[in-house]
Amino acid sequence: MTQLQSPAEPGTAGAATAGARTTEARSLLATAWLRIRRSKIALLSLCVVVAIMLFAILAPVLSALSGNDPFTSNTSPEVLDDFETPGLPLPGYMYPSSSHWLGVEPGLGRDLFARLAFGGQVSLTIALLSTAVSVVLGTVLGAAAGYFGGKTDAIISRLMDLFLAFPHLLLVLSLTPILQSRLRDTPLGQGSFLPMASLVIILGFFGWAYLARIVRGQVLSLREREFVEAARSFGSSHLSILFRQIIPNVMGVVLVYATMLIPTNISAEAALSFLGVGVKDPTPSWGQMLNAAQAGNWYLSDPWFLAVPGVMLIVTVLAFNLLGDAVRDALDPKASRH
Amino acid sequence: MIRFILRRTGSLFLLLVAVSFITFTLFQFGPADPASAACGQECTPERVQEARVALGMDQPFLVQYVEYMRGLFSSRLIGAPGAESLCQWPCLGKSFQTNENVSDIIARSLPYTVSMAIGALVLWTLSGVGLGLLAALRKGSATDKFIVGAASVGVSLPIPVTGLFLLLVFVNQFHLLPFTTNEINSPFGPQGPWAWVLNYLLPWIALAVLFSASYIRVTRTNMIETFGEDFIRTARAKGLAPRTVTFKHGVRAGITPVVTMLGMDIGLLLGGAVLTEQIFSVPGLGFTAVRAAVSGDLPVTMAITMLAAFFVIVANVVVDLAYAAIDPRVRLQ
Repeated sequence: MTQLQSPAEPGTAGAATAGARTTEARSLLATAWLRIRRSKIALLSLCVVVAIMLFAILAPVLSALSGNDPFTSNTSPEVLDDFETPGLPLPGYMYPSSSHWLGVEPGLGRDLFARLAFGGQVSLTIALLSTAVSVVLGTVLGAAAGYFGGKTDAIISRLMDLFLAFPHLLLVLSLTPILQSRLRDTPLGQGSFLPMASLVIILGFFGWAYLARIVRGQVLSLREREFVEAARSFGSSHLSILFRQIIPNVMGVVLVYATMLIPTNISAEAALSFLGVGVKDPTPSWGQMLNAAQAGNWYLSDPWFLAVPGVMLIVTVLAFNLLGDAVRDALDPKASRH
Repeated sequence: MIRFILRRTGSLFLLLVAVSFITFTLFQFGPADPASAACGQECTPERVQEARVALGMDQPFLVQYVEYMRGLFSSRLIGAPGAESLCQWPCLGKSFQTNENVSDIIARSLPYTVSMAIGALVLWTLSGVGLGLLAALRKGSATDKFIVGAASVGVSLPIPVTGLFLLLVFVNQFHLLPFTTNEINSPFGPQGPWAWVLNYLLPWIALAVLFSASYIRVTRTNMIETFGEDFIRTARAKGLAPRTVTFKHGVRAGITPVVTMLGMDIGLLLGGAVLTEQIFSVPGLGFTAVRAAVSGDLPVTMAITMLAAFFVIVANVVVDLAYAAIDPRVRLQ
């Protein structure tokens, strides 16, 4: 990692493996971009990720364009069957049409497209924020453990062991309702913020250990390097060395694991909301939509209700996973041999 | 070797104590008010008080913890003074919902979870290692690319989606398999092993699709690495049959990381496959934990979380010991 962006030695090795003729220092993202550009799969997954992000960000615009919003329900007998299978949308409202781009939801008759777009906003916000929490915790704690060694290292390392020992989903699942009871009277716990805030905190707080372990390993070798010694001889404080010299040099690994953590957190949000402890109706999220499709066995009446959130979820997770692989191949020369 | 085992089991014990302590702290002090959180939606002031005393919240924290852990070694009395009830050994508290012994609930759920774990494990190990090996042997070919691509997709398939899809196709549309029933929880039951297999086949497949993907990746990477090593070249140069080189020399050396993963995953799965059990309505530990979490049945979620963490830790140590038995260098560290 050190060759990528090191103040002491402008990226020689990094630039060489990138196949460039110049030996100028190149920023981490620029290096990554240079290499990702050469793989078709990486480019495609990057485009899909960007498209999905735009889809989520533009949710209000898109649903306004379609003339619907995610909360208005319409249970009139023109929309929903109240005869054969009560609540099932009638044929004209079940599938994509010009008035409802993805049809309407069974039971309440809310617009599925608007719910998918706004749900994406919720799902992706939770995934990105919780990843950010894990990344900050993991980087700082891992770097501190590796840099200071001794007791600091012993304590943080045991903490990592502990966090890795807990079965993630089970713990998150059982602690979410508990945290929600804590947050209920705080500013974070208002309305639809409550499930989002609690998921961000819990997923973020239980996701840092693996990254911290990796960062610690990197820092162990980094702290013996000449440029760290140089900084020390200039009289830099420990904190300044840690944040100015060490951490910038592990950003490559951090970026790789952050990209891989995002799809994990998207799946985790989906899982928790699906189980009924995460995002709850009426707030939409992709997991909540899966939950709605299973509740009342609507997906058995028509697979469409499973397909809408399901395909979206699979495409998103797949795109992020492939992008993560590409970022790893681009920034971690050791991992890209095969 | 004996010293290594002693040291490892010693740290195992410490880790177990730490895990139980932390879980206890999280669950007992996490909720703003455990008592009212515990007594759920239809809560009356009397029930809150009942829960508070049942949780022993009038006691100092360490006393609560020691008292709880004492239940692992002997029966104890729990509940309000004057209205105590006996909690039989091994005592992990009583359910708020049914007042049943938590250890009984766990004992009832465990066979289902074990049934789920065993079959899924066999399925994903066979497919994961087999396909990974095949991809490594045909490195660069279309087969390899297809397998690697399939693994990328497989690892991105969320269990709720695959699970519901399998139910839809195999049970609802084509009636090829029965919907899972609670009556079968072991291959030795009255219905026989075949009914057991049919009953759990769908959950096994759902789990295997997800898990085998990472086994394919790890096996492939490690086998490619191993096949590139000198001792393989030597074995080939000696004129050994390709089959012997591949299986006797290559696989044996390259399979060790898979053993590690396997150990960890067994530990993880014994704690309950939360999503899969929920989707297929298999009343194992994960299913029970979800029920308990949603209804705020604190003693049940706490005990299952603790147990699951125990499984992970023990599996970790077993893997370490197995490693030490295989590779003497490990013991020196």
